[in-house]
Amino acid sequence: MRRDLQIISDLIAPGSRVLDLGCGSGTLLAHLQEHKSVNGYGLEIDRDHMLECVSKGVNVVEQDLDDGLSNFTDESFDFVVMTETLQAVKRPDRVIGEMLRIGREAVVTFPNFGHLGCRIQLAFRGRMPVTGHLPNQWYDTPNIHMCTFRDFEQFCRANEIAIHERFVVDNEYGNTWLINRLPNLFGITAFYRIGKL
Amino acid sequence: MPSQAGQNSEDSVGLVRPRSAEWNQPINLKCGVTLPAYELVYETYGELNAKRSNGVLICHALSGNHHAAGYHAGETRPGWWETAIGPGKTVDTERFFVVSPNNIGGCHGSTGPNSIDPATGKPWGERFPQVTVEDWVRCQAALADRLGIDRWAAVIGGSLGGMQALQWAIEYPDRIAHAIAIACAPWLSAQNIAFNEIARHAIRSDPDFLDGSFLEAGKVPERGLMLARMLGHVTYLSGFGLGEKFGRDVRSGDMQGAGPIEFEVESYLRYQGKNFAGRFDANTYINITRVLDLFDLRGRHGSDLVRAFQDATCHFLILSFTSDWRFSPERSKEIVNALVAARKGVVSAVLETQHGHDAFLLSDHEYHRLFRTYMDRVALGLE
Repeated sequence: MRRDLQIISDLIAPGSRVLDLGCGSGTLLAHLQEHKSVNGYGLEIDRDHMLECVSKGVNVVEQDLDDGLSNFTDESFDFVVMTETLQAVKRPDRVIGEMLRIGREAVVTFPNFGHLGCRIQLAFRGRMPVTGHLPNQWYDTPNIHMCTFRDFEQFCRANEIAIHERFVVDNEYGNTWLINRLPNLFGITAFYRIGKL
Repeated sequence: MPSQAGQNSEDSVGLVRPRSAEWNQPINLKCGVTLPAYELVYETYGELNAKRSNGVLICHALSGNHHAAGYHAGETRPGWWETAIGPGKTVDTERFFVVSPNNIGGCHGSTGPNSIDPATGKPWGERFPQVTVEDWVRCQAALADRLGIDRWAAVIGGSLGGMQALQWAIEYPDRIAHAIAIACAPWLSAQNIAFNEIARHAIRSDPDFLDGSFLEAGKVPERGLMLARMLGHVTYLSGFGLGEKFGRDVRSGDMQGAGPIEFEVESYLRYQGKNFAGRFDANTYINITRVLDLFDLRGRHGSDLVRAFQDATCHFLILSFTSDWRFSPERSKEIVNALVAARKGVVSAVLETQHGHDAFLLSDHEYHRLFRTYMDRVALGLE
């Protein structure tokens, strides 16, 4: 089983209603349907990904996150999930706000721009970081709103968002003593379960 | 001969012949009138499997009928959904037993305005009772009983056909596994009703319409029907699509104003209108445009589409097309939003096309790629 799926799965209560923003090929929802009996829906715009969702028996609606989520009513889901997509939307603040309007809670994962590897590239080479986890160049990256864990947590504090759980991992979705001590320096990806204060 | 090639091609069901089923017990229509008996003409393609689980119902739209695929003897034009139905096609007749009836009120064999009213011994004409999508779905269920199909693997339709598929989901939740509604709407907008009324008015204004009794007088309100169809046809296409196809091409005459001029688009529309007037009944057109106007999926649930869906158990595929302005993608989104709120299984996509509402009849690659993948999933459920 994919470790990242397991981590998210652990954050989600069984039998929940789950909306997955940018659900890709539906792997997470298929996993949650099978192991957590969730009633899940995915939003996706990539047609190939959508077809994979259909083949997996995952509900998928073609919808661009940048067009907003106003078609979903308040608290109509238990969890709104967005994996590795926050950094690619036009207005992450609005998306998070919408996630917590539509869902009782939200689960977000995103790459850490404060990771040591990134810091070194920027500090010593004077270049935008290109890493195994963030392989694109500055001009073609879909990741237009990079942040660090500290940035995100600051954002949560400023916007009265409660962080219920945080799980920081390395490239292999493992976590070490070092990561737990200095997550913003050594963590590659974080999983946050957040809610309204 | 292209017809031969079409008829014999490996992905066509080939030569087909309509069948018919009669019911000699009365049916109470939603409008309050009782039809003493009725007949449905239908076609089937493929074989019903031993478990009787692979039945797929095709619902036709305003101008369609039971002839959805293959060829009738001596005809060169295939059925109206030849692009989708056939061996190895999206609705694969090697996997599914496809049933395509002509609805009552129609004019191609099923009981309708051209049938004889037993009370008078004359054709019903415009006195044929107003039918509804609910009535149609009930008749289709009776046909399913007759064919020994307890539960459809899928009920599929575009436009008005999609409305029937959605009505099935609500009316007979135990008898449908998948509802596929393409280029559809949960009810008509005022603009859509307006277009329908212009069409009806065109027909009624034709002196040959004779208040609907033209048949007895041996006349056809051809001009009215033609005008109705020309108007309808333009609205089923997109402005861009028409421009791409015809531009300002001139068929005859010249642009200098010396003599009469005819643009290609005019000639095309006239041909479409005339052709339609020759094969469609004016009373049916009036009745079925009204079916569209009257349709409201919310039915007895007032204004709540979410509640209307609450008893549905099937899975839904909802498709729409970007350039369709008669049944725009926004209307399909209303359906999808309600399905999500009602916690129903749904797949939905908005397909990029310049072909307007009629795109649902065409063979666009992306459209059929998604539709076919979904049908694979329908087929999985047969086991």
